[in-house]
Amino acid sequence: MDMNEIKEIFFQECEEQLAELESGLLKLNDGDRDPETVNAVFRAVHSIKGGAGAFGLEELVAFAHVFETTLDCVRSNKLEPNQDVLKVMLKSADVLADLVTCSRDGGSVEESRTRGLVKELEALANGEAPPAAEAPKAAKPAAAPVVQPTDDSGFQPIPFTFDSFGDDEAVEDQFTYEVTFKPTRELYSKGNEAALLLRDLSRLGEMSIACDMDQLPALESMDPEASYFGWKISITTPKSEDEVRAVFEFAEWDCELDVKSAETAEGEELPMIPVPFDLSALDDEPAEAVQPQAETAAKASVPEATSSVAKAVNAAVEKKESAATAAAAAAQNNAAAASSVGQTIRVDLDRVDRLINLVGELVINQAMLSQSVIENDNNGVSSINMGLEELQQLTREIQDSVMAIRAQPVKPVFQRMSRIVREVADMVGKQIRLVTEGENTEVDKTVIDKIAEPLTHMIRNAVDHGIESPEKREAAGKDPEGTIKLSAKHRSGRILIELIDDGGGINRERVKQKAIDNDLISPDANLSDEEIDNLIFAPGFSTADKISDISGRGVGMDVVKRSIQALGGRISISSRPGLGSTFTMSLPLTLAVLDGMVVTVAGQTLVVPLTAIVETLQPEASAIHSFGANQRLISIRNSFCPLVDVGRILNFRANQANPVDGVALLVESEGGGQRALMVDAIQGQRQVVIKSLEANYTHVPGIAAATILGDGRVALILDVDAVVGASRGQSLKPEMSLAATG
Amino acid sequence: MSVSCAVKSLSQGSRELIAFRIGDQEFCVNIMSVREIRGWTLATPMPHSPPYVMGVINLRGAVLPIIDMSARLGMKPAEPTARHVIIVAQVKSKVVGLLVEAVSDILTITDDNIQPVPEISSDLEKLYARGILAIDTRMICLIELEALFPEKAHDKESEAA
Repeated sequence: MDMNEIKEIFFQECEEQLAELESGLLKLNDGDRDPETVNAVFRAVHSIKGGAGAFGLEELVAFAHVFETTLDCVRSNKLEPNQDVLKVMLKSADVLADLVTCSRDGGSVEESRTRGLVKELEALANGEAPPAAEAPKAAKPAAAPVVQPTDDSGFQPIPFTFDSFGDDEAVEDQFTYEVTFKPTRELYSKGNEAALLLRDLSRLGEMSIACDMDQLPALESMDPEASYFGWKISITTPKSEDEVRAVFEFAEWDCELDVKSAETAEGEELPMIPVPFDLSALDDEPAEAVQPQAETAAKASVPEATSSVAKAVNAAVEKKESAATAAAAAAQNNAAAASSVGQTIRVDLDRVDRLINLVGELVINQAMLSQSVIENDNNGVSSINMGLEELQQLTREIQDSVMAIRAQPVKPVFQRMSRIVREVADMVGKQIRLVTEGENTEVDKTVIDKIAEPLTHMIRNAVDHGIESPEKREAAGKDPEGTIKLSAKHRSGRILIELIDDGGGINRERVKQKAIDNDLISPDANLSDEEIDNLIFAPGFSTADKISDISGRGVGMDVVKRSIQALGGRISISSRPGLGSTFTMSLPLTLAVLDGMVVTVAGQTLVVPLTAIVETLQPEASAIHSFGANQRLISIRNSFCPLVDVGRILNFRANQANPVDGVALLVESEGGGQRALMVDAIQGQRQVVIKSLEANYTHVPGIAAATILGDGRVALILDVDAVVGASRGQSLKPEMSLAATG
Repeated sequence: MSVSCAVKSLSQGSRELIAFRIGDQEFCVNIMSVREIRGWTLATPMPHSPPYVMGVINLRGAVLPIIDMSARLGMKPAEPTARHVIIVAQVKSKVVGLLVEAVSDILTITDDNIQPVPEISSDLEKLYARGILAIDTRMICLIELEALFPEKAHDKESEAA
């Protein structure tokens, strides 16, 4: 493994730490005061700093250090993490993220940004914000000049400690600790160095050190890689025990470390770990156990009864004891589980995909096997059949778990959005709070990767157009701070992402006027509110009066809609004037499978993506109208829709079939045009695994991909857009309506 | 045949070919490009495909196009029966199934056995025929699959379609 690979891992870890940092800060912002949250935030920054130090990324280290210092104040309750403080912290998290990106990809962060934030962070660390006691205020003027000159290096030793300690304790309070430090072999094998740790420790205060060489063997029996030395250190420092321990933070698991405060060292006992177990539950159970025993015993002779009750009670006591040990074991397990939380391995995505492919084969193969067994089985129920059923269940489970490997929570994407909201809101001078919900909803990684962009676009739009300016909001009697809510949830095998703003809603008059101006609709078109709302998805539509940096470049919601549709998803909007708009996106959980309607066309089985289908209907002869030479229209609720014979378009048959014999699938394609696709029959709905045709063959017009059905045969997946496009070549009829009704 | 054996025989200028029958003619291809041989299963027809593409089948989860070799070589289209076989062959980066009537032989030959193709007028034969083998009284035509299925030909066909 060379340096670059290690560096790559470091940056990957940074991403995780940054996510952790941001989610922690947002939790604090929402009023969470759990010390563990603060610790998590602190740890994240600390780890980034540590790693960055190892790679000599000085800019990053310098900034992370200042950030860490301020966070430490929060951790030790010297700084109240109020809204103002968190605003600075969130900004710092953004800068830290940028610094990480720059360190990885090159480039640099504007120094003014970093410098400004460093000043703000330092100001916070110096206790300028919190009210606190008189003592630090008096001490401040003295401390301040010491702090300022060290700005550039950013590496100044934590300068706030002396005055802020005055809050709770007498200034200049010194503690003496007895530290026993005995590194194990692992410490050295991980590249740590005892001397460096001891040197760090010596910086904390007056220190005397004695080396314990008792275990040093004779030279001939010495293992050069083993660790034999231990140290006894006595240190006098104003720092707390935790801070002394923090020196050994990275080596903690690879050494025997004991830090005792000299004064308390004598009488101090080992800390007790409370083992929580519910006593009342234990009491209930034996009582129940005694009851039936007692009842049956009552029928027998009295002495027997007493003895059996006694036995039962004994048993109950035993049970209680064993339950207590069980509870202790459970508590231990919990502790073990807690430490193993977040244990992950990094696996190449290709490997996972190969596994998913293979499991897909397994499922198909199993289905084929079942089918042939059923066909050849004359006895009805046989052991083979039962075995097959179990196999089927197993393969299903394997498939689910394999899919779960690729599934990831939407959290990272949502977190990115909160940054976008902050930045864009700052830019346009609005006050906006982003509320996220269901961020642990899991969805396939490819879907996550692909929703980030349309989501960003929508968030920008919501901030720029959706939420009104604070003045306007106040005039309308609303909270000047706007709220954008981003939520994700699973619904019937799909993921539903909602983006709700409490802004002004869609100005239908303006949207309609704009659509008329842009020739998207005719001036006398009679559209429902919903149709008008959906006009914003029409290509080339932008309502921004002035073109801003953020949105309004004319490529707006239509691009969003297209990219959502490309993922097999749908997007819709509902809006209430004055109250806000809700965008609803429904996406498949994975791109490897597709919900399809299995249909028959000219004896062939085809799959039509369900997302494209608006409705299905059985056409009546009276609804079919010939139009021109060989065009036919179908009238659906008084509007005419071109009829497309799929069998004819795909060249499966020479002549158009009679529509009355078949089924019409009303589909919506890009651009919003509707077509009625004629197929012979509907076989049913099924989830199918998408297979590439291009791998061994070539792209086929009108066909999106292939799949393999339960009988092992290949079925083609219809490319609805292409089929509609092909039909449009013959169509003389202009687009009726751009508004989608789906 | 083990790899070392194959290398040895190749180094001696000999090679192995797989011979198959279409109608009353015999053809052969390099055995190294053949992945497996399997029975005929009904293929799913493809829209807008050239006449010699019979459709696609499921080969353990991969979508495999089936080429009617009879039609591809300019003879009358095959009417597949259960006795027809599919030679699964690797042609450059793609895997295709070749529908033939039967696989007849595995031949080990040296380059000396290969006679040049006589002057003929047909472009198609010129395109794929790389030589003629005389084995006993049989005449076997050595064909080059890469020439029959150039990777770009597919793209051209799809554009034309």
